Amino acid sequence: MGMGSSPYLQVKELRKSFPGVLALKGVSLTLEQGEVLALIGENGAGKSTLMKILAGVQPADEGEFEVKGEMVSFRSVNDAMSRGIALIHQELNLCGNLDLASNIFLGREPVRGGLIDESTMRQEAKKFLDLVGLDLPVETIAGTLPIGKQQLVEIAKALSSDARVLIMDEPTSSLSQKETETLFGVVKDLRRKGISVIYISHRLGEVIELADRVTVFRDGENAGDLSGEEINHDNMVKLMVGRELSEFYDRRAHQPGAIILNVDQVSTPAFPGSPISIEVKSGEIVGIAGLVGAGRTELLQTIFGVTPAVSGTIKVRGEVISIDNPRTAIEAGLALAPEDRKQHGLVLPMSVRENSSLPSLRRDASRGFLNDEAEDKLTQVAVESMKIKTPNNEQIARFLSGGNQQKIVLGKWLAMQPKLLMLDEPTRGIDIGAKREIYKLMEKLAGEGMAILFVSSEMEEVLGMSDRAYVMHEGKISGELNRDQLSEEAIMNLATGNLQVA
Amino acid sequence: MKKNILGIFLLLVAIFVITAIINPKFLNAYNMQNLIKWSSLYAVMSLGVAFVIITGGIDLSIGSVVGLVAVVLSICLKLEGMDPWSAIGLTLVLSLAIGFLHGILITKAKVQPFVVTLCGLLVYRSMGRWFTDNQSIGPIPLEDDAGYANIEQIQGLDFLFSGKIALGSFNLPTPAVFLLVLSLAAAIFLKRTIWGRYLFALGNNEEGTRYSGIDTDRMKILAYVLCSFFAGIAGILFAFELDSVQPAQTGEFYELYAIAAAVLGGCSLRGGEGTVLGVVIAAAVIRLIYNSINMVGISTHLEFGILGLVILLGVIGDEMLKKTVARKQATLKP
Repeated sequence: MGMGSSPYLQVKELRKSFPGVLALKGVSLTLEQGEVLALIGENGAGKSTLMKILAGVQPADEGEFEVKGEMVSFRSVNDAMSRGIALIHQELNLCGNLDLASNIFLGREPVRGGLIDESTMRQEAKKFLDLVGLDLPVETIAGTLPIGKQQLVEIAKALSSDARVLIMDEPTSSLSQKETETLFGVVKDLRRKGISVIYISHRLGEVIELADRVTVFRDGENAGDLSGEEINHDNMVKLMVGRELSEFYDRRAHQPGAIILNVDQVSTPAFPGSPISIEVKSGEIVGIAGLVGAGRTELLQTIFGVTPAVSGTIKVRGEVISIDNPRTAIEAGLALAPEDRKQHGLVLPMSVRENSSLPSLRRDASRGFLNDEAEDKLTQVAVESMKIKTPNNEQIARFLSGGNQQKIVLGKWLAMQPKLLMLDEPTRGIDIGAKREIYKLMEKLAGEGMAILFVSSEMEEVLGMSDRAYVMHEGKISGELNRDQLSEEAIMNLATGNLQVA
Repeated sequence: MKKNILGIFLLLVAIFVITAIINPKFLNAYNMQNLIKWSSLYAVMSLGVAFVIITGGIDLSIGSVVGLVAVVLSICLKLEGMDPWSAIGLTLVLSLAIGFLHGILITKAKVQPFVVTLCGLLVYRSMGRWFTDNQSIGPIPLEDDAGYANIEQIQGLDFLFSGKIALGSFNLPTPAVFLLVLSLAAAIFLKRTIWGRYLFALGNNEEGTRYSGIDTDRMKILAYVLCSFFAGIAGILFAFELDSVQPAQTGEFYELYAIAAAVLGGCSLRGGEGTVLGVVIAAAVIRLIYNSINMVGISTHLEFGILGLVILLGVIGDEMLKKTVARKQATLKP
């Protein structure tokens, strides 16, 4: 079969559901040999689910899946790899304690006489490191490399198993500008060698630079394809959100009131040498942008007392509060909807009721005894006001969709009537309907005078929702942008440490 | 009754009925009283460890705490001639202190519960043997025993802790009354107070619970304190029940029975699950199995084997039941 007679990889009408949510409602995608296909869409659009299916991590419920014109179905990651499909994970999967050669050949070590054939392994490993432009001794311990180089090692590892299709999920989310440029060079080089890449990214600028074609997902469905000249910012955003941006983020001008939160020279345990100062006023929505690993989540966790500050002062409504655990933060009127909803936001095996009431139990109890009436009422209010879609209040949180889970988290905090609501990646992994509702809620709460501080990796979200935004880079605040200064370019410059351009 | 408790309850009834049919002597009053007494003693320990298992922890030191408390109580009464009520108070404080120490080591020094309580198992056992020079000793005087001040009060305690209350022709062993009171208190604590809710929450997801403003360290310490406290009460009950305490043997392996009962009774070692009723019934099942092996005439060498298989099958059944329930819940539509 000659090149181009049938696409290298083709999926048709793929469906996949999880308890409580239909993640893929019949999506299709084609990938030619030697092509860089960008797959874009907002959080929860189904990109990651499709990638996991392609890489054999989980099976599809229904749909056709062909590699080089041949029907396949993958039962495991090994099945996918034997067909030349490899997933480069967002979280890197190298063993930090092993050297590069051992990592590249982990599980496929060349053997001679029952023992690992070290010299062959090293030689081969060197070859693949060269292929991704890494000039490092193969004895280097993987854990000592910066994240960008580890990622290249991952790619070398995939190539060493004869991968013909590389799936890269947000590869640049924690890379510096320079590392990103190196990665792009490698991707373009691989394309010339006939390797296909599926590139998932939120960074539209990267997509424009790299992609031959763009497939857009929205809410578990195909929203459209773009190629060549059509690949531009406006077209992509329109397909992603399904309408003009201004309609999606229904924002009004706010009149900020008194200062609610004042963070003065606070350093987090993760970045003890980088003191941070920010403030948030009543009725104001403040965004924090930056790359993954820039210290945004750590900052919120420190303000909330999960990882207490190592220096500096935090004032809430002008009063210095010593926050050394979440309880003191909550008592001071703070709330945090954490990034990791399943680990930190909820107690998944417990019910909607038990989750909604968890922070309020103490307040509503008398002498330590539960107040059933208050708990039921609080849950009912949360379910109704947040429009949580649940069969009943006793439903286990695990079985609800990401959007509804996030609504439980928000509901439980609103029951505490916080002065400042902090949201870390508030719409990660949730569908577009729930997303809009959360934006509306943020808008409404700000209108009522609540101070809102949110972290987001989604450019559109920061641009659309913020009255003001801070940008973080390597643990520091690299800049502050008012609403009229907000642009993707300004944020990316600050986020990647390009201070002179800003 | 929840389905998993219903399952273990049916198991209890089934073994009971089968044994009674094979050997009618099983039903006589003396055997029943003994069965109730031993079930109650085991259940008190099992309830204690249930608090810890609900938080996702483990306590391997229970048997040694039982042994140490029984030894210390006997020493206080016999050698020190201490006021009996003060001696009881002292041993309870000792058990509380042990639990507190476990809790601090686990939450503040971040040592794994398995390690902390395994070391406890070794240390408390050895302390009891050292205190007594490994000689047996009892809380009440046997014939021609010297020591012991205030014999009358000691006899009063003996009735309280290992006496019988006549209910018509049936004599109810007092440990059953202790169990009744303690299990009611435990059930109210777990189901009706915020602290009980916190224990379940942190057992399911400690970080998530902490993010909701709950001092999870303090709650874990509380669980270990309760566990050792219940073991301490069991130690007092055992001391008066046995009359003669063997420092090297009394309470040996009891932690394993307690953990087995908690697990068979529906607690998951992953944490976050468990009911008082289930644990009490499971403790009774374990004692019942022992008794019926004797009654039915199965070789006593098979005791452990049968017990092990029953627990294994019970837990597998429980897991399958949970999966079915979960599947049903997952498909509920809003």
